[in-house]
Amino acid sequence: MQETYEPKILAFLCNWCAYAGADLAGVSRFQYPPSIRVIRTMCSGRVDPFYVVEGLQNGYDGVFVFG
Amino acid sequence: MESRENVHQLKKSSITKSVGSVLVVGGGIAGTQAALDLANSGFHVYLVEKSAAIGGGMAQLDKTFPTNDCSMCILSPKLVECGRHLNIQLITMADVEKVEGQAGRFTVAVRERPRYIDTEKCIACGICAEKCPKKVDDEFNCDLNKRKSAYVKYPQAVPLKYAIDPETCIYFKGKKGKCKACEKFCPADAVDFDQQDKVHTIEVGSIILAPGFQSFTPDVPPVYGYGTYPNVLTSMEFERILSAAGPYQGHLLRPSDQQTPKKIAWLQCVGSRDLLPGSHGYCSGVCCMYAIKEAVIAKEHAHDDLDTAIFYMDMRTYGKDFERYYERAKNEHGVRFVRARIHSIEPSAQNSDDLKLRYIDEDGTPYDEIFDLVVLSTGLEISDGVRKLSETCGIVLDEDGFAQTGCFSPVATSRPGIFTCGAFAGPKDIPYSVMEASAASAASAALLADARNSLTQPKTYTDEVAVTAQEPRIGVFVCHCGINIGSVVDVPAVRDYSKTLPHVVYVADNLFSCSEDTQHLIQEAINEHNLNRVVVAACTPRTHEPLFQETIREAGLNRYLFELANIRDQNSWVHQAEPQKATEKAKDLVRMAAAKVALQEPLDRLQVPLNHNALVIGGGVAGMSAALNLADQGFHTYLVEQKEELGGHALNIKRTWKDEDAGAHVTEIRRRVLDHVDIEVFTGAKLIDVIGFVGNFTSEVQTNNTVRELNHGVAILATGAESYQPQEYLYGQSERVTCWHDLEDLFTREPERLQQAEAVAFIQCVGSREPDRPYCSKICCTSSVQQAISLKTEKPDLDVYILYRDLRTYGQREELYRKARELGVLFFRYSLEEKPVVEQTTVDAKEKLQITVRDHVLGQPVRFQVDYLNLATAIIPKNSEELAQLFKVPLNEDKFFLEAHMKLRPVDFATDGVFVCGLAHYPKPIEESIAQAQAAAARAANVLAQEFVEVEPIVSEVDQDLCIGCGLCEASCPFGAIHLVKVAGQGYRAENISASCKACGVCAAACPQQAIDMIHFRDRQIVAAIQAGGAG
Repeated sequence: MQETYEPKILAFLCNWCAYAGADLAGVSRFQYPPSIRVIRTMCSGRVDPFYVVEGLQNGYDGVFVFG
Repeated sequence: MESRENVHQLKKSSITKSVGSVLVVGGGIAGTQAALDLANSGFHVYLVEKSAAIGGGMAQLDKTFPTNDCSMCILSPKLVECGRHLNIQLITMADVEKVEGQAGRFTVAVRERPRYIDTEKCIACGICAEKCPKKVDDEFNCDLNKRKSAYVKYPQAVPLKYAIDPETCIYFKGKKGKCKACEKFCPADAVDFDQQDKVHTIEVGSIILAPGFQSFTPDVPPVYGYGTYPNVLTSMEFERILSAAGPYQGHLLRPSDQQTPKKIAWLQCVGSRDLLPGSHGYCSGVCCMYAIKEAVIAKEHAHDDLDTAIFYMDMRTYGKDFERYYERAKNEHGVRFVRARIHSIEPSAQNSDDLKLRYIDEDGTPYDEIFDLVVLSTGLEISDGVRKLSETCGIVLDEDGFAQTGCFSPVATSRPGIFTCGAFAGPKDIPYSVMEASAASAASAALLADARNSLTQPKTYTDEVAVTAQEPRIGVFVCHCGINIGSVVDVPAVRDYSKTLPHVVYVADNLFSCSEDTQHLIQEAINEHNLNRVVVAACTPRTHEPLFQETIREAGLNRYLFELANIRDQNSWVHQAEPQKATEKAKDLVRMAAAKVALQEPLDRLQVPLNHNALVIGGGVAGMSAALNLADQGFHTYLVEQKEELGGHALNIKRTWKDEDAGAHVTEIRRRVLDHVDIEVFTGAKLIDVIGFVGNFTSEVQTNNTVRELNHGVAILATGAESYQPQEYLYGQSERVTCWHDLEDLFTREPERLQQAEAVAFIQCVGSREPDRPYCSKICCTSSVQQAISLKTEKPDLDVYILYRDLRTYGQREELYRKARELGVLFFRYSLEEKPVVEQTTVDAKEKLQITVRDHVLGQPVRFQVDYLNLATAIIPKNSEELAQLFKVPLNEDKFFLEAHMKLRPVDFATDGVFVCGLAHYPKPIEESIAQAQAAAARAANVLAQEFVEVEPIVSEVDQDLCIGCGLCEASCPFGAIHLVKVAGQGYRAENISASCKACGVCAAACPQQAIDMIHFRDRQIVAAIQAGGAG
């Protein structure tokens, strides 16, 4: 099988909404690609633009802020 | 006024004599919840359990509906909390023998049977079971496999102590004195064959009975070949087969040949809705949902194509999110639903273990279909032991053997001071059992309010180890979560990988990391290996972080030196088809958690003053009940109602389904509310603003043109719902078409209308179970059936028709359905695709309504004329969005309030200090509204009974040396939790207000100077996680 490009994604999820949503996706067994790494923050407002740069410099292909 | 105070004084003086402890009988989920609520609000609890460990029926379940949560995973933290609670005394293997005294002061004799293991000495190493030569059926696994005579009830048992079963032990049953292998090998010298019965005499103020149900056993007389054909199982047996700790380690196998079944059938209503001797007339209320769940989970286990079929009479998916679950099972998972009562089961061929089911489908076509496995959806019933317990306690049972309760006192038994909860008071599911458990604790707390804190002791901890100067020494514990994680992620590989990470000095894997034995293992590892940081790779911190934090705190580590790596909810569950990548992801998540925890610091929780008043919004029966209970518990309560009078929808109800006079009860509740010295009522009032947080809310309530500011520590949302105004079935066009209670009212107002009427019809599901409102309104079937009975009783020659989709007279309401049919009420089933047609017509110069519906028995359209048509319309949320905004709490897709956890936190919100009850949560009958209201009061009292609020120390921190006083933080903070202050000689500098800080970190992200950091989510901690995650 041909290897397809799968970008590695860093995700910042708000504890109260998006992180809870990601848990709910688990409970509901919604399947999604395993190339995402989640960091929980107490609010998406915590995400300093500098974290995004840090992510891109450290091997991630994309950064996703969800809240 | 004077007399009112006298009543209050009198009550106070009579209850100061009461005892500040409560006896809870039964350690299932209901008993456990009741014990925790009481122990957390100032009462000492004795929890008496008849078996060797608490957990009850819920511990045997594999998953729970409608969220598919792992049953053990959500139950275990509660069991652990219960087991280690300073104010809960567990007495296992014990029965209540005698109850004397009265409400406020009972003397109870409890007989504890010998365990033959000294629990003080037992270290739960399991050597006794390993060495025990006697194999016996394992009742926890429904006898599908063997255990030893020396045994532990189940791997996550609380207390985790072994027991020796004298009924089967060779020493007791064989020649006296022989064997004793367990004693010989026990390294702790814990085996004690000389133990005798111990009788505890305990004094308690009240008693809560939560002995639970037993599953109907379809063996005498045998039903559907159960006991003869090895592949006919009960639903509980099937739960055990699905369970990772079950007889086949969670592999979906059938008993006869341990092969994977390709076709499984579920047969509903076995032992329920059945008038044959030995069976029960009532509906067991939970079987439709658990059968759907088992079918969905079986499909998940099977990986390959598995055919699942559920044979049923009425699909009763009446609870919150149940209908959606049913639709998803049908449309997404491909579970087949066949409306048919199976006639018989026989082997498909001679010597075959496959089973042939013979049935006739809806069109009348007979079928023979072969299945590999048949699951009987057996009902819930009361055991002989529980009947005996009721006799001992002197309480009245109803005809079905359940504890008799009233709709207006849903947790009170016939004997004052003795309360009930769970399936003992009628068949019910877990959330409702949990609600009743909290309600029973609220009722006890109200009775014993003056004795609160008289017998409890505060928890003390050993001093924290000072870790700041130490190098990080991290322990990593990787959870299999039964098979939830282990079946996808290579857990041993993750464990071994963790060992290679910086600062990690200890690793282990556990079957269930949340079980009590694992807590001890974690604590032992901390002590033995001098760990100063812990990572658990398991489920989500949103549910399980507090448990592990408490565990490490007990071992002397600060709670904040802990991190959870979520390798279940956000990994194994969502990457089921990609085990290798999921394993890699789990390694990354552990690496990120370890990198972050290495930089975490010990923190102290902040203590904030607490206002002890409560605010209840909504003056219906739910709001009034919540307010009354809180006030009876001694908390000053504000009750805000939008209308000019209290009472809500309950005022429209004439009689409850248990045939009680609803009006009289509602009037009495209202009188008690208005007379209560601790309740302040605001009618014609509206909540216009809310600020603050748990323990410290300030609300503005507007009445006419005045606005009053109220300070309160908690809030209960009980704003109710309303009925849908239909567009269909000529509603609004003909005065002969009415809704809900309007027809009853019309006949009461104008009795001649009923006298002249020849026929009346009811149409169900008007606006419910539709694509744009895909939920069941729960109470409509019972309401229409009740009205039909009362019409038929008043006027026997009246033709009464009920047009329905599934008749959902759940639980003991089934008796009403039976009675209605007996009285000659005619039931026609229609489908969503072919709704009844209603037209205006004239018969013999009389104005009539003509109804055409396709009859499900004849398969033909049937046409009849009626004088009146009453519509059971959907219950819809009322102004919930406005309130949700004010309190920042979530709504579900249907705009009902969304609780913190559907199963185990049914009245809490994720936001501390805010609770929900009544129809605002979901449509429900009066007794469930009241139980839920009392439950909300109990949960609120858990907060109000404390001296202060403890808040998480996750707040902003300003480095004033770096701060330039620009004020961007103050401008960006949505909570007013950071502001500029004048610092002598430096101009302005930012200062945080910890009590108001919500930890969002917007200020930190906004600060151009990097002068603000968030404690526990510091820049360097987050960056460490980013770098660790990217490195893989």
